Amino acid sequence: MDYGFTTAAYVVAAILFILSLGGLSGQESAKRAVWYGMAGMALAVTATLIGPGAGLWALSLVLVLAGGTIGWVVANRVQMTEMPQLVAAMHSLVGLAAVFVGFNADIELGRVLGMDSVARQALDGFAAVLAKKDAVEVSILRVEVFLGVFIGAVTFTGSVVAFGKLAGKVDTTAKKLPGGHFLNAAAAIGAVVLGVMYFNEAGIWTLALMTLLAFFIGYHLIMGIGGADMPVVVSMLNSYSGWAAAAIGFSLGNDLLIVVGALVGSSGAILSYIMCKAMNRSFISVILGGFGGTTGPAMEIAGEQIAIDTEGVAAALNDADSVIIIPGYGMAVAQAQQSVSELTRKLRARGKTVRFAIHPVAGRLPGHMNVLLAEAKVPYDIVLEMDEINEDFPTTDVAIVIGSNDIVNPAAQEDPNSPIAGMPVLECWKAKQVFVSKRGQGTGYSGIENPLFYKDNTRMFYGDAKKSLDALLPLID
Amino acid sequence: MKIGALTEVFPGENRVAMTPDSATQLLKLGHSCCIEAGAGAKAGFSDALYSAAGVTVLPTAADVIAASDVIVKVRGPEAAELGTLAEGQTLISFFWPAQNPELLEAAAKKNLTVVAMDMVPRISRAQKMDALSSMANIAGYRAVIEAGNNFGRFFTGQVTAAGKVPPAKVLIVGAGVAGLAAIGTSVSLGAIVHAFDVRPEVAEQIESMGASFVFLEFEASQDGAATGGYAAPSSPEFREKQLAKFRELAPEMDIVITTALIPGRPAPKLWTEDMVAMMKPGSVIVDLAAERGGNCDMTVPDQKIVTENGVTIVGYTDFPSRMAAQASTLYSTNIRHMLTDLTPKKDGVILHNMEDDVIRGATVAHVGAVTYPPPPPKIAAIAAAKPKEKVKELTPEERRAQEVAAFKAQTRSQVGLLVVGGALLLAVGLVAPASFMQHFIVFVLAVFVGFQVIWNVSHSLHTPLMAITNAISSIIILGALMQIGSGSFIVIVLAALSVFMAGINIFGGFLVTRRMLAMFQKS
Repeated sequence: MDYGFTTAAYVVAAILFILSLGGLSGQESAKRAVWYGMAGMALAVTATLIGPGAGLWALSLVLVLAGGTIGWVVANRVQMTEMPQLVAAMHSLVGLAAVFVGFNADIELGRVLGMDSVARQALDGFAAVLAKKDAVEVSILRVEVFLGVFIGAVTFTGSVVAFGKLAGKVDTTAKKLPGGHFLNAAAAIGAVVLGVMYFNEAGIWTLALMTLLAFFIGYHLIMGIGGADMPVVVSMLNSYSGWAAAAIGFSLGNDLLIVVGALVGSSGAILSYIMCKAMNRSFISVILGGFGGTTGPAMEIAGEQIAIDTEGVAAALNDADSVIIIPGYGMAVAQAQQSVSELTRKLRARGKTVRFAIHPVAGRLPGHMNVLLAEAKVPYDIVLEMDEINEDFPTTDVAIVIGSNDIVNPAAQEDPNSPIAGMPVLECWKAKQVFVSKRGQGTGYSGIENPLFYKDNTRMFYGDAKKSLDALLPLID
Repeated sequence: MKIGALTEVFPGENRVAMTPDSATQLLKLGHSCCIEAGAGAKAGFSDALYSAAGVTVLPTAADVIAASDVIVKVRGPEAAELGTLAEGQTLISFFWPAQNPELLEAAAKKNLTVVAMDMVPRISRAQKMDALSSMANIAGYRAVIEAGNNFGRFFTGQVTAAGKVPPAKVLIVGAGVAGLAAIGTSVSLGAIVHAFDVRPEVAEQIESMGASFVFLEFEASQDGAATGGYAAPSSPEFREKQLAKFRELAPEMDIVITTALIPGRPAPKLWTEDMVAMMKPGSVIVDLAAERGGNCDMTVPDQKIVTENGVTIVGYTDFPSRMAAQASTLYSTNIRHMLTDLTPKKDGVILHNMEDDVIRGATVAHVGAVTYPPPPPKIAAIAAAKPKEKVKELTPEERRAQEVAAFKAQTRSQVGLLVVGGALLLAVGLVAPASFMQHFIVFVLAVFVGFQVIWNVSHSLHTPLMAITNAISSIIILGALMQIGSGSFIVIVLAALSVFMAGINIFGGFLVTRRMLAMFQKS
C-alpha cells in the first residue's frame, strides 16, 4: 500500500474522531459517538499496520491485543467511584508512550544521519521520512522531539502522582519540597538550557537529563496541589497528553497524530477553563497550589449548628413536594450513590419532584457526580447543572446536601473577604429547609467555615452518608 | 379536674363548647366532664349522646358550676352569669378583655382564672387552639352561602340552550382567615373573584386561592409582621386611594363580602353609601364586620336590608352560630387543645404555666390579678415581608444600545484575535520551511475544530469526554507502529513498550466510556 491510501484512511479516521467528540453533546447521541471513536481508531491502526514503513506487524498485533486484554479487564472491573484514578493512570501511559516515541525519533535520527546516501536510499518507513529532511527541517524536528518528550514526561509523573492522590495511596494534602516553586522554576530553566545544548547536537544524554528534570517537575507540581483541585489537575493532564501527542505528530510528520493531539489538547484546555471558572480561580493560582490570600477578616458567623435525627428528616421529606439533592465528593467516598438513588426512587414514587443539582467541580473529575448517579440508575434528565437549577431553590421545600461543602458555601456571595468570594455556588440556603449530611463539624477542603451550617433553616444530619440514608429509607412513606 | 360546659344564654346563640367527641378526648387527659342538660341541643348534640360519651348530664347551670373546677363556654360571660361562678374557678371562653374591662376587673376580684380564647397568640404552635381562626373560617364560608341565597343568579357562568349566563363577580375585602375562606368558597362555586387587602404580603395567599389580587400602588405599604399578622389602621392618604379603587370596582361587582377588622377598634368604613348606590340592582353585600359597626355605611347589625336601588345588605353577626354543629365541633376542639396544653402530664391535673407563651397570652386574669395585656410573645408570628428589589426597567432604546455595544465589543475582540493570530501565523511562515507549515496548518485547524466541538459537550458528560479523549490520545500508537520496524534494537524495544501501553489505553478508554454512557438512562 502506498501513502495515498494511508492518508485517505487518516482523513476518515480524523473525521470519525471529531464526530465522536461532537456526539458527546447529548446523552443519546453519545452512545453512538463512542462507536465512531472505536471505528476511527481501528481504521487508523489498520491503515498504519498495512501502510508503508511498518514492520513486525505480527509482534505489534500481539502487543496491541495483550494490552487490549488488560484494558478490557480494567474497564470492566473499575468501580465508578474509581474513575478519576483510572483516567489519571491512563494519562500517565500516554505520557510515557510519548516519551518513548520521542526518544526513538532521536535515536533513528542519529542512525539515519550517520548513514551515507546509498544506505539512505534503501531505508523505508519512518527512517525514510527522516532521510529526506534537510538541515533546517532536522532542527525543527529536534524542537518537536524535545517538546514532545518534555510534555510527555511531565504528563507521566504528574499523572502518576494524581493517580496516587485520587486512589488515596498518596497524602492528598498539598505538599512541597523546601524551595517550593523555585525548584520547579530551576528545573524548567535547566530543561531549557539542556534543550539548547540538544539543538546544538550535544548528544542524546541532554535529552535524557532533560527528561529526568521534566519527571521531577511533573511530580513536584502535582504534589503541591490539593485534593479538591483535582478536577483541574486531571483536565490539565488530559490536555498535556494531547499536546504531547501533537508534538510527536510533528516530529513524525504524521497529520493524524497532530489532529488528534490538537483535539484532545483543546478539549482538556476547555475543561480546565470550565473548572477554574466554576471555582472563580485563575489557572495559575490552581497550579501554584493552595487558596489565594484573604483580603480581610472573615465575616462573623452568628448562630449555631443544629443537629437533627433521622425521624426529623423523614418527616420533612414526607411533607415536602419538591426536593433538590446536592451531591459532592463525600457521597462518592461513602459509596452512598445507591442509597441516594433508592431515596430518589421512593420519593418520586410518591409523586414528589426530586432533582439533583450538580456543581461543575463537585467530585474529583469533571462530570464525576453525573457518572456516579447514572451508575446508580438515577435518570439523567433529573440531574441538572448549577445554572439550570439555581433559580429554583426558593420554590423548593427541602434541599439535601450530601458530602459537599465549599460548593454550597454562602460566604462566596455574602462575605467579600472570604477566600472563595465570587465563586459561583449552589444557593441551597434559599430552599425552605436544608439538610446537610456530613460526618462531623469540620470545615471543607478550603478550610473555611461554612455559614450555611449556621443558618436558621439548616439542620445538620451527622453521620456517614450511606448509613444515614439507609436509616432514613424505611421511614419514607 | 372536673370540666363543665354551660348552655349559652345569649339569645340566638346555638353553639356549645363541648361535644361528645371533644369530651371523649378530655376524658383521656384524665379529666371528668359534665354538661348542663340541653346545652348541645341547638347544635344537634342530644343529652343521650353526651351520656353515651361518658359525660355527666346535670339539670341546671348551678349544678354544673358547683360540680366543676373548669367552666367552658363559647360566648363571654354576662355580668350576671359571672356572678354565679364560684371563687377560684377557671373559665375558658371568648372574653374580649379590651372591650370588657369592668367584667375583667370583676373576674379578677372573684379570684377567677380566665383563659380568653380570643387572646391566643398567633404563633404556629398555637394554631390548633386559635378559635378566632376556626370561627372566621366558618363565617367566611357562610357569608358566601348567605350571599348566594340572596343573589338571584348563578355563581358560575354557563352557556345553556336557553342562553348565556355570565359568571358572578365577587369582591372580597380583607384577606384574613374569613376572607380567604370566602375566596375559596366563591372560587369553587365558579365565580370570578377579586380580593383586596392592605397587607401586600398576602397577595400570594390570595392568588394561591384562585382569586386575583386588587393591587394598590402605594409607597408606604403596611408591614403586617409588626402587628402579629393582623391589619393596622391605615393613613388617610392610603384610605383615599383605597376608596377610589373601590369606587372603580363597585359598578361591576355582583357580590361584595367585607371582612376588614382591626383588633380592638371599630370596623373601618370601606364601602360608602355612594358605592352602594353605584351597584347594580340585585347585588348583595355581606358585611362580616357588622358586629363592630360594619365596613359598609348602610349595614344594620343583625339584619338584612334592601336598599332603594335593590341592593341587599346582609348584616348578620352570628354566622358561626348559623352553622352550629360545625362551629361547635371546631370550637370544642380548640378548647380541647387548650386543655391539653394546660394538662402537660395528661394526668388530669391542670398546671397553669405562666411561662408558656400561649398560656400566658391567653390568660387575662389569674390568682386575683388582671394579667391583660400580655407581654409580647418571644417568637414573631410571621416573617417580615422583604422590601422588593427594584430592578431598573430599561427602555427599548437603552436595551438596543446595550445590545449594539455588546455586539461591537464582541466583534472587536474577535477581529483583534484574528489579526493577532494571523500575524503570528504569517511570522512563523516567514521562517519555517514549507513541509513544517503544512503540518502546522493542520494543527491550527484541528485546535480550532476542537474548541468549536468541545464547547458543545454537555456538562454531565465530562467524565465520558475525558475517558474518550484518553482513548483517542493513544493515537500515539501510530508513531510507535511506524518505528517498530526500525533496524535498531533499542528502538524496537521502546516502540514495543509504547504499542503495549497504548493498547491498554485504547481498549480501556473506549470500553469504560461505553460502559459509562450505557448507564445514562432517561426517566
